[in-house]
Amino acid sequence: MIGMRPASQGVSRDWTRGLLRWTAGWWMVLYFGAQMMVMAFSPSSYRRSQRPVMYRRFHAATAPFLPGFTVISALVSMVIIRIVVATATSYGLSRYALDVLVRSLVIELLPLLVALFVALRYTMPGGEEVAALRAQGRLMAIWRAGGDPARDELLPRVVAGVFAVALLAAWSCLMALVLTYVTVYGFTTWGFEDYTRSVGQVFNPAVTLIFAIKALFFSLAVAILPLAPSPHLVTGATARRLDNIAQLGRVFALLLLVEVLSLVGNYY
Amino acid sequence: MEEQPESNLSPGFNNPPPVSNLEVKARLLVLAMVLLVAGAVAYLMYARGAFERTQQLVLIADDSEGVVVGMDMTFSGFPIGRVGRIELSGDGNARIIVNVPRKDARWLRTSSVFTMENGLVGGPRFRAFSGVLSDPPLPDGAERRVLRGDAAAEIPKMIASVRDLVNNMSALTASDAPLGASLNSLKAATERLNGPGGALGVLLGSEADAKKLALALDRTNTLLARLDGLVVKADGIAVKTDGIVSKADSQVFGQSGVMTETRATVVQLNGLLADTRASLKKVDAVLVEAQAIGANTREATNDLGTLRGEVDASLRKVEQLVNEINRKWPFKRDTEIKLP
Repeated sequence: MIGMRPASQGVSRDWTRGLLRWTAGWWMVLYFGAQMMVMAFSPSSYRRSQRPVMYRRFHAATAPFLPGFTVISALVSMVIIRIVVATATSYGLSRYALDVLVRSLVIELLPLLVALFVALRYTMPGGEEVAALRAQGRLMAIWRAGGDPARDELLPRVVAGVFAVALLAAWSCLMALVLTYVTVYGFTTWGFEDYTRSVGQVFNPAVTLIFAIKALFFSLAVAILPLAPSPHLVTGATARRLDNIAQLGRVFALLLLVEVLSLVGNYY
Repeated sequence: MEEQPESNLSPGFNNPPPVSNLEVKARLLVLAMVLLVAGAVAYLMYARGAFERTQQLVLIADDSEGVVVGMDMTFSGFPIGRVGRIELSGDGNARIIVNVPRKDARWLRTSSVFTMENGLVGGPRFRAFSGVLSDPPLPDGAERRVLRGDAAAEIPKMIASVRDLVNNMSALTASDAPLGASLNSLKAATERLNGPGGALGVLLGSEADAKKLALALDRTNTLLARLDGLVVKADGIAVKTDGIVSKADSQVFGQSGVMTETRATVVQLNGLLADTRASLKKVDAVLVEAQAIGANTREATNDLGTLRGEVDASLRKVEQLVNEINRKWPFKRDTEIKLP
């Protein structure tokens, strides 16, 4: 036991250090997120000189991924729609298929898919790039030169990430609704009233509000977390790769937390 | 050896290549997002009936369990209204306020009936039934009591019935149950059927009785044999009777039998009757003539009456004349008797 004491002390010290790093990391994320939110709601961030940067980031965050995302989203939606409709029909519960599809696909799955897609394809590579800029000291150089790196480099990426999540989520939900209608009713218009009524029954005010809030927090989590500064210096390719995986885990955990909270709000 | 951070960066990511008409494309993307979000909001408002002019219908139920805002009320399977609010009234009943679009309110009449059916799956369903569509339309804010039909409520009754059934089955199949005793008796009866007494032993209860029955059967057989002899004798008697009958037949229906002669007699009687019928016809003619004579005589009698009347009148006139003559005549007799 005497021989174990130094080891247990070392473990305790590591655990304490890890907790401190975890707390400091999330504190930096919160601080960075608050800074970005303040700047995002500040009109001076969108003055004329900033617009070209904003436009470039908006375009880079959405346009290159739009075709691929459309295909992926349509395929995923179609598979899930077919599964749900076939299952509901086989159990004689086809009148509940629309309700299940709108609730599961449009409200829950697609926003999560969009958030992960934007994180993996845009904001996490952007976060890696910003980390590199930080490591190179280029952000500090901009600061010293009289510029504002937060306004010029970080905010456009954050706003573009939020914009990308919002646009792709709206687009994928629209596609899912159309595909659901076509799958259930075929290429006719006679079921539109009935379908609209079913959709309206699902989207009651509470569900709509929770859906909007969830989409907002998804977009913020995806846009802010990868760009937030890390509490420890990451150098080297291996360390950066591990940090990226950890970053992805954090993003995924945060998205799951938001998703669980929205489920609690919807169904409890 | 430490790698430089920028070595892993894609060269075009920080400063992506210039895009032609970047501003227009970015604006289009923003416009697309705004349109999508605005369209989604408008569609959801339309789906929730925000743009419909509605009238209210208050359904009163003693229990609103399972009813949620937004549920449909159907008429002939078509949704014509949706639950807008649920309240608890002062008398403890649930007030379910249903918003009915004006264009669909024409299906609701003052005589309409409203039901709330609880299925096994899903929430309750509201249905409206309008039997007489020529009745006045249902006014705005009308209150109607809703009739409840609960499929799930039948389950406890059904379970109670099934439990009774299972209890009865258990009682039937118990070791000391009447059914078991019956089966045992049947088994014993089967064994006795296969035994020496056979079915007779089972029917009569004991082997001795079965033997008695067998003895009785033997005696019956003996009796039947004697009856056969009697029948043979009766056959002989019947043969004799047959001969007698054949003789009687020849005497009655033979060439010179009674029947033949009777038939000839009948023929003669027919001829006699024909003669009699001719004679009667002649008598009829005589009677007709006698009737004519009678009629003539009646007429003559009438004429005689008239003649007598006339003769009487003439005689009276003659008498009057004689009397007149006697009065006036000088040879009148003095009929007056003069007394001294």
